[in-house]
Amino acid sequence: MTSVVQLDRVSVKYGRQAALRDVSAVFPAGAVGLLGPNGAGKSTMLKSLLGFVTPDTGRMEVLGLDVKQSPLEIRARLGYMPESDAHIPGMNAVSFVAYCGELAGLPKADAMQRAHEVLYYVGLGEARYRNLETYSTGMKQRIKLAQALVHDPDLLFLDEPTNGMDPRGRDEMLELVRDISKNKGINLILSSHLLPDVEYTCDYVVVLDKGALAAQGPIASLKGHAGRVFELRVKGDKAPFVAALGAAGIECPAPDDEVMRLFVPEDTTSAVLFQLAAAHGLQVRHLRASVPSLEDVFANAVSGAR
Amino acid sequence: MPIHDQGYRHYSGRRGLRGGAWWVIARATILSEIRQRRVIALLLLAWAPFLVRAVVIYAAANFQQASSILATTPQTFREFLDWQNVFVFFVTILIGAPLIADDRRANALQIYLAKPLTRVEYIVGKLAVLFAFLAFVTWLPAILLVVLQVLFAGSLEFLRENLFILPAITLFSLLQIFVSAFAMLALSSLSPSRRFVAMMYAGIIFFTAAMNNALFRITGSRSWAWISPNDTLDVLADAMFRLTTPRVIPVPLAVGAIVALIAASMLVLERRVRGVEVVS
Repeated sequence: MTSVVQLDRVSVKYGRQAALRDVSAVFPAGAVGLLGPNGAGKSTMLKSLLGFVTPDTGRMEVLGLDVKQSPLEIRARLGYMPESDAHIPGMNAVSFVAYCGELAGLPKADAMQRAHEVLYYVGLGEARYRNLETYSTGMKQRIKLAQALVHDPDLLFLDEPTNGMDPRGRDEMLELVRDISKNKGINLILSSHLLPDVEYTCDYVVVLDKGALAAQGPIASLKGHAGRVFELRVKGDKAPFVAALGAAGIECPAPDDEVMRLFVPEDTTSAVLFQLAAAHGLQVRHLRASVPSLEDVFANAVSGAR
Repeated sequence: MPIHDQGYRHYSGRRGLRGGAWWVIARATILSEIRQRRVIALLLLAWAPFLVRAVVIYAAANFQQASSILATTPQTFREFLDWQNVFVFFVTILIGAPLIADDRRANALQIYLAKPLTRVEYIVGKLAVLFAFLAFVTWLPAILLVVLQVLFAGSLEFLRENLFILPAITLFSLLQIFVSAFAMLALSSLSPSRRFVAMMYAGIIFFTAAMNNALFRITGSRSWAWISPNDTLDVLADAMFRLTTPRVIPVPLAVGAIVALIAASMLVLERRVRGVEVVS
């Protein structure tokens, strides 16, 4: 497996607050999802890889280059789409993207030509002469993608690329992301807390929780290892029942949900659930076998990390 | 099949050498500034004293009666640069205040610093913008006045007698430019509001001058001049132009104050120009 990014025991602290704790992870070539709830350390990881934040301990490699020793060489081959609104004030889209191309080392004429091409590609061809400050949220997301792509990077960091977009814009953005990785051969790391976005665009996932690595691996195999999943709705006092489930090796990451998702070991049958419910005086109102999803992987990983 | 593919294509062209990003930043910002009418108006206005001085130099060189009272001396150029300080102030505020503040407002720093350029290149690019405009209203007209003096007088006698004049003009202009540019950039990095930055800069210039005057009235001593950048620059200008006016503070102290101001500005820039803002 060729890796594009490697982290070896990386820790980052903001003052006393640990943002990343001893994280070792490998991001293979292709599209990798960086998953985690808000505050898990996803953006900190990307900013550390960009050289914005210096880790307290550990070593990082991007595209085979050490982040500490070769930050400029790395950034020349990397495109970054930040999470927050970001643009150069007073510019229209084409001059902004061309300017970013020049900053990345492209000659002026080439940068301008690339800017036009990339703006068409991200769907802003018709709006390329408009001032950026008049752009809608969805258009701002696209322009951020365009500036990250203009110098034809080998690796893209996309930080919450669908933030604030309407459903149609979101679908179009995800199509673009998928096309970039599947058809254009550009590696990407998609940081998101939206599981469907990652599931649609990525093959591999790294899950962070509270600054620590919670899980990593191909999505298909992580789903496979989730065991069997059941949806269960019961009537009655759930607390002792949930405790009994835990004692029987059955995980229930969200016991307060109306319909609980239960992760049952491979050798355990649904009969065990009925027996436990009966033993605790609960009525089973709904029980259905379900398919493991990335959401389950995520929930398992996050609850496991806690 | 489309005649022209509007999809994404890989780039196989040339990529520039590292270290040139400061020039990209400076060029784009200068071009954007000179498209603004108010900037053009201010720059034209800043050349009005040059025209007045040029007429005076012409009169002194060509009319016997005028030459006795309007004779060109090193003090002529010292006074010219002193007068240009007004325009240095306005140019610094108009062009300098938004340089980093606007980037902070638009979160542009993370865009810049995610490209293959260092923080030093970014700051040098922004400094170069102020340097170009401030040199345009200080060094360039002052040097042209010297050229005019030589042309109108028809001899190099003035230059021969005052060999220090060109280095003095250059050195003092550079001092004016660097002090204003570094101080303004440091302030611009502190806030996302260009108006607030402009007010801070004006406040510092006026407040330090007022403090100096107040301390003079209270203590009867001018030795507090080092707290005001403009008064400190005056001391250095007098020394560079070899004027015999008494120095209110020793030259080494004035140099120390200027160096300290520039060093403090660099420290602020080092802390504030980052791809990520860490709030403790």
